[in-house]
Amino acid sequence: MPLIEMQGLTKIYRAGAIDVPALEQIDLSIESGEFLSIMGPSGSGKSTLMNILGCLDVPTAGTYYLAGDDVSQLDRDQRAEVRNKKIGFVFQGFNLLPRINAVKNVELPLIYGGVKTVPRREAAMAALSLVGLSDRGDHLPSQLSGGQQQRVAIARALVNDPEIILADEPTGNLDTRTSNEIMMVFRRLNRDRSITFVLVTHDPEVGDVTDRRILIRDGRIEGDERRTGDEY
Amino acid sequence: MLNPLDGGKIAIGALRVNVLRSLLTMLGIMIGVGAVIVMVAIGAGARDMIGVQIRSIGSNLILVIPGATVTGGARLGSGSVHTLKSTDAEAIAKECPAVKLTAPIWGDVNQVVYGNRNWRTRITGTTEDNFLIREWPIRRGRMFTPEEQKRAAKVAVLGLTVVENLFGDTDPLGKMIRMKSVPFTVVGVLDRKGQSPRGDDQDDAVFVPLKTSQYRLFGTPFPDEIQAIMVQAKDVSLIPDAQKQIDELLTRRHKIGRHQEKDFTVRNLTEILETAQKSLNIMTTLLGAIAAISLLVGGIGIMNIMLVSVTERTREIGIRMAVGARSGDILSQFLIEGVVLSITGGLIGTALGILAAFAFARTSGWPALIDPGTVLIAILFSAAVGVFFGFYPAFKASRLHPIEALRHE
Ligand SMILES: Nc1ncnc2c1ncn2[C@@H]1O[C@H](COP(=O)(O)OP(=O)(O)O)[C@@H](O)[C@H]1O
Ligand SMILES: [Mg+2]
Repeated sequence: MPLIEMQGLTKIYRAGAIDVPALEQIDLSIESGEFLSIMGPSGSGKSTLMNILGCLDVPTAGTYYLAGDDVSQLDRDQRAEVRNKKIGFVFQGFNLLPRINAVKNVELPLIYGGVKTVPRREAAMAALSLVGLSDRGDHLPSQLSGGQQQRVAIARALVNDPEIILADEPTGNLDTRTSNEIMMVFRRLNRDRSITFVLVTHDPEVGDVTDRRILIRDGRIEGDERRTGDEY
Repeated sequence: MLNPLDGGKIAIGALRVNVLRSLLTMLGIMIGVGAVIVMVAIGAGARDMIGVQIRSIGSNLILVIPGATVTGGARLGSGSVHTLKSTDAEAIAKECPAVKLTAPIWGDVNQVVYGNRNWRTRITGTTEDNFLIREWPIRRGRMFTPEEQKRAAKVAVLGLTVVENLFGDTDPLGKMIRMKSVPFTVVGVLDRKGQSPRGDDQDDAVFVPLKTSQYRLFGTPFPDEIQAIMVQAKDVSLIPDAQKQIDELLTRRHKIGRHQEKDFTVRNLTEILETAQKSLNIMTTLLGAIAAISLLVGGIGIMNIMLVSVTERTREIGIRMAVGARSGDILSQFLIEGVVLSITGGLIGTALGILAAFAFARTSGWPALIDPGTVLIAILFSAAVGVFFGFYPAFKASRLHPIEALRHE
């Protein structure tokens, strides 16, 4: 059973009287443990797809199975629950809460998961050390570099032990060297902890690092390339 | 699910970011709750005092004095009219159905001597019913008897202030005192009565039988003349009836014609204090209205600031939702924030209110009563204000779409 199974997935935005089709008839299947990128020009529907994958939004039509459960018809709170338990997010702009320190930012998903104070702190510290920031727990986001902030965000994404981490342009705000570091972190987490990664990017270098590349254009899947082991 | 402790921490964290703004937001609640506390404290203190005074002069009390009624009281002083007799008092008690008891009064201020000590006090000749009307029990010894009344016996009942000043620690019962050189036997000591509404010490008094006062002590220009009749109506509701009956009876007894001026005045004493109580009630209502308006304004202030805060923190809300906060979690986070704001405001207001009430009590001499129940209600009420006015902003926050909230700048 694939981790993600989408069929005929369509998303139409209603902007006033006009319908904007952002995704049309997407069929997509992702196995557990995959490391894949979604690429395409601006406005092609990548973020829309990510939002639906991440249960932040619902499709207009089609089905979406996540770990065997149909999540396309869930209500707000059920989707929140799925996001809390099964999905981690990494954003382009890091999206850390500015007024609380790194470890508290990492704890955030566990607060809504009802985890008690002590195990929560322990899990957050463990996640921070996985991204190499165990000594920066008490730093505020503003006291960290861009790359460090993104690593805190990664720690937050993996603290609840998700099935999948979704990253929309995770290196978009970072320089090349820092981007590479972040990609290394993803790669390592994928290999060592078999977390499934879906990265949205328009940077071909990032795409090159992944095992599978999905190309979308005008809301449709245009290409699905898998790299064989020996190429790597 | 967000547990309340975490919710509280998040709220306090958010409010501490901008302490000044939080304090200003609380100002309305602070003033409102403070006003409630002051109002209730002073109101309760004043009501208490008026209640004590009403009870101390006697309940359902009517006073009949000689002289015609003029605006604002009765015409008294030089050449006072010699029109009331003790038989009038008896007739009122017998013939006015709304009247329960009457007591005639004839007395004056004079020296009282015991051994080598003397004390100047008011000596009142009256009957036993005086003490029933005023609900003033004998503490030790006894009241004078009807038989002693009849023969104008030289017996006296003392108020506690007189006992303290004349006798010190000596037991006054059975002792001999002198008033206007007439020897009297002390037969009883009255219970402590305290201050009158006018502020004089009611325990500074000596009572003797009416006839003794009239004929052995002070004498009367006219036979059986008295200075006043104390009347107790059967019930508060019967006071107006009693007044009317007394008026009719005395008009008849004194043979006053249709167009003649009356030679007596019937005054309702309880009424005077009830008027005071009424104006107090008006004052409390007014303060209550001010408090209610402040609380309303304070609540709207909270709502306003929280709406601003929700807008400012839209992205934060989006982030929280992305990592799994449910609508209810966001709702309770902002509700808790509103309640923390209003309860903190309420607590500060309570503290200021208590201080103000005591300051007022100290400078004005009016008592202030702080009732823990009122404090609790005030704090609960401010919490309710927080919930009520925090709800709309919190609800707005909880209904934000996660994606739009995340995209918010
Ligand atoms: N909330 C929205 N309302 C209306 N149209 C939208 C909305 N979000 C995205 N779109 C449109 O859907 C299309 C796909 O957008 P998006 O998924 O953000 O593309 P990408 O991430 O690939 O740049 C674009 O044409 C965009 O204008
Ligand atoms: Mg995008």
